Amino acid sequence: MRITMIVDGVSYTDEVEPRTLLVQHLREKLGKVGTVVGCDTGNCGACTVHVDGHSVKSCSMLAVQADGCEITTIEGLARDGQLHPVQQAFHDNHALQCGFCTPGMIMQAIDLLADDPDPDERTVRHGLEGNLCRCTGYQNIVRAVQDAAHRLKPAAEREREAVGGGE
Amino acid sequence: MTTTEIGKPRRRKEDARLITGRTRWTDNITLPGLVHMAILRSPVAHARITAIDTTAARAKSGVLAVLTGADLAAEQGSLPCAWAITPDMKTPAHPSIAVDTVNYAGEAVAIVVARTSAEAHDALEAIDVDYEDLPVVLDMELAIADDAPLVHESLGTNKNALWVFDSAEAGTGGNVDEAIAAGEVVIERKYRQQRLIPAFMEPRSVVCDPTGEQCTLWSATQVPHILRLMLALTLGVPEHKIRVIAPDVGGGFGGKLQVTPEEMLVFLVARRLGKPVKHTETRSESLATGHHGRDQIQRLTLSATRDGVITGLKVDLLADMGAYLSLVTPGIPILGAFMYNAIYKIPAYRFSCTNVFTNKVMTDAYRGAGRPEATFAIERLMDELAAELGMDPMAVREKNWITHEEFPFTTVCGLTYDSGNYEAATAKAKQLFDYDGLRREQLERRERGDAVQLGIGISTFTEMCGLAPSRVLGSLSYGAGGWEHAAIRMLPSGKVEVVTGSSPHGQGHETAWSQIVADQLGVPFEDVEVLHGDTQSSHKGMDTYGSRSLTVGAIAVVKATDKVVAKARRVAAHMLECSEDDLDFAGGRFTVRGTDRGTGIGDVALAVFAAHDLPDGMEPSLDSEATFDPENFSFPHGTHLCATEVDTETGRVAIRSYVCVDDVGTVVNPLIVEGQVHGGLAQGIAQALFEEAVHDENGTLTTGTFADYLLPSAADLPSFVTDRTETPSTTNPLGVKGVGEAGTIASTPAVVNAIVDAVRHLGVNDIEMPCTPFRVWSAIQ
Repeated sequence: MRITMIVDGVSYTDEVEPRTLLVQHLREKLGKVGTVVGCDTGNCGACTVHVDGHSVKSCSMLAVQADGCEITTIEGLARDGQLHPVQQAFHDNHALQCGFCTPGMIMQAIDLLADDPDPDERTVRHGLEGNLCRCTGYQNIVRAVQDAAHRLKPAAEREREAVGGGE
Repeated sequence: MTTTEIGKPRRRKEDARLITGRTRWTDNITLPGLVHMAILRSPVAHARITAIDTTAARAKSGVLAVLTGADLAAEQGSLPCAWAITPDMKTPAHPSIAVDTVNYAGEAVAIVVARTSAEAHDALEAIDVDYEDLPVVLDMELAIADDAPLVHESLGTNKNALWVFDSAEAGTGGNVDEAIAAGEVVIERKYRQQRLIPAFMEPRSVVCDPTGEQCTLWSATQVPHILRLMLALTLGVPEHKIRVIAPDVGGGFGGKLQVTPEEMLVFLVARRLGKPVKHTETRSESLATGHHGRDQIQRLTLSATRDGVITGLKVDLLADMGAYLSLVTPGIPILGAFMYNAIYKIPAYRFSCTNVFTNKVMTDAYRGAGRPEATFAIERLMDELAAELGMDPMAVREKNWITHEEFPFTTVCGLTYDSGNYEAATAKAKQLFDYDGLRREQLERRERGDAVQLGIGISTFTEMCGLAPSRVLGSLSYGAGGWEHAAIRMLPSGKVEVVTGSSPHGQGHETAWSQIVADQLGVPFEDVEVLHGDTQSSHKGMDTYGSRSLTVGAIAVVKATDKVVAKARRVAAHMLECSEDDLDFAGGRFTVRGTDRGTGIGDVALAVFAAHDLPDGMEPSLDSEATFDPENFSFPHGTHLCATEVDTETGRVAIRSYVCVDDVGTVVNPLIVEGQVHGGLAQGIAQALFEEAVHDENGTLTTGTFADYLLPSAADLPSFVTDRTETPSTTNPLGVKGVGEAGTIASTPAVVNAIVDAVRHLGVNDIEMPCTPFRVWSAIQ
């Protein structure tokens, strides 16, 4: 089948076998190897990308289902050499060790923060439930997501919080 | 040495590529003409292969080759086991691909090489294998009975080896049978260390590129140097014709401390076809066929006086090897043998371990390897002894532990603990935990008969790290040494390349080694580049496992920098026309003592590069190498305290608080240390509460996906309170001890002790791991 999708701002038109998973298409055809495969049952979340702005495990979607969609992967987050605030927060809070789960974890964290810009620890932990990490014990990932939430808030709001003793 | 970098919470250099998706995972590698290998695996645990029909598979689209064990029998050799623990150890031949018999479900029986991975997998389905079932051996206790069916008929037994340490025989302590006979209190317990799966996040992947005589092999491995040697020895290929590269590697935890069938097969097939070949396992393949960990039955006898002084400890183990011996399979229980006495002054000790073959995938190193099992046993026993005597479990520990004035202390196993301060770590942990307050609350809840009871678990652990002094390894019949290698290259511009034989897969060597070298040479952190994981650039190494990178690998780096400074000093003295003895070296500058005349190490490097005016007879290079062999292990320790809330009506366990104070000696980077502890805790807690590799009665792994093998998610774990005391090791110049395994070793008994403590008043003194709600609830009934 012939499909077209925009991935990290670039339009691609390809012939794909209907059985091809989105993650296989991204990795094998488009060279988007920043997105990785960690399992074969949709449990680990390492392959998480955004499809039309929402997080999707790209091993659980066929490439043909993404026809006409706009996809963002970990490779499309940084703009003009500037890391996305969630990427920066992962670095600053030592939220990764081997880094294999990190692309999926960051994509899921961004989605989580879009739904809830100011999540408490419990919300973050439950929001990342579908993304497994074997290295970090999650503590610094939770820290990073909350730190990113703070950075993503408009400056005025951060200032109000500081004055109000919220920080 | 001016210390400005050591102890600094440097953000990691590694992160830049990992957070942007520009990582070099093995599976990301594509080469011109690359073809893909897929493996047909045995669905049965024990059977004779009576026929394999590959005709239909060969005719499928894109298929270059279909090969069976018979096709490769002459060249595949036997996968290596580097640790013959006894002279009479039984070692079965271990083919990479089964020739006539399969011994565990998942063993390779045929391979397909095709243009795409999808075509290779399609063709697997067209292969027809006939199996003739053989009796399946799964239970260790049944396996060692006289009339038990055998895993390997040719060995005549399911026992791999019997390994014994006895303190009376070794002259390191008393006679344990006498101690137990005379014991005022004797505690006997049987504990089961369930089978676990390392479950690194990056599935293993191998690519081999045969170019002429030279073969380059990329592998997601912890041990590129060991792999190179073993490829050579196993396949009879000259070692210098093999280059192994471990690019970015996504976790290991011991699971990638292996020389795998897949590596051998990809290498063989690539050479046979003359084309680059890749194999990347699926998660299901990884869980079923990557080696597992733990799987021991521990029978323990502890004797003590009525006032709580331990007089003897006897350990009888059964350890499941699985169907074959992998790289260090038989030695894993032995790594625990020296740790059952832990931090306690135990006067008499005997350890005996029977290694047993079963029709399951092999066991081998998994985070802690032997030491978690030992620590679990002794820390559980300390609680049992306390309960028997009606003492507080912390008081029993205090009564028996080595006090800080007693270091160095030679244990009943003959190891000399160089340093430690158990009192300090415990005092800090108790305060952070509010030990006394929680004990009061526990009492109140018990008196009220609350449905949800509070339990407090203690684990005052130690471990032996920094594997290992080569002489000790030799005395244990291990097949290699325990040294590590490093080299420093001073570039003409003053920048520095550090070559390390240690092979990171998440630990952060690039950052930590940069900090150490920046301090040693007085150069900026940013000016240091760390090279690793490629046998061509880092030609010599023993790789990464056993919390050895910092304690052995980084010490080699320090020794190499010392040599660079010594050479540079000679040149600097020549440049400044003074004696070497008149030079001070600090902050990267040589200065003539008592003057402001001096030169930077970068200027010296440039002068050496130009080589126009060097001291007579000096070669124009500051580059230096060092190979460091430790004289002793290091002994990190810590006090871990866990409070659990156990719902006595449902058996549900919730961790209310977890406090640990670890003493890992000098800390190079506190962020990395804290991260290692967090991750270690998660894995140890997972053993206590969640994870178990389960086989059905046919030997099929029923926990073969992440839907069934329960890695904890963020929602399953609490936040931990971590802190440190710092008692430097006295056996290495940095004072470091290693931190990779601490959290895992300490936390499992802390959690189980807390669960048992919550329901002990209901008549419970043990709950088998993982402590699922059903098991906890059943124990209470």
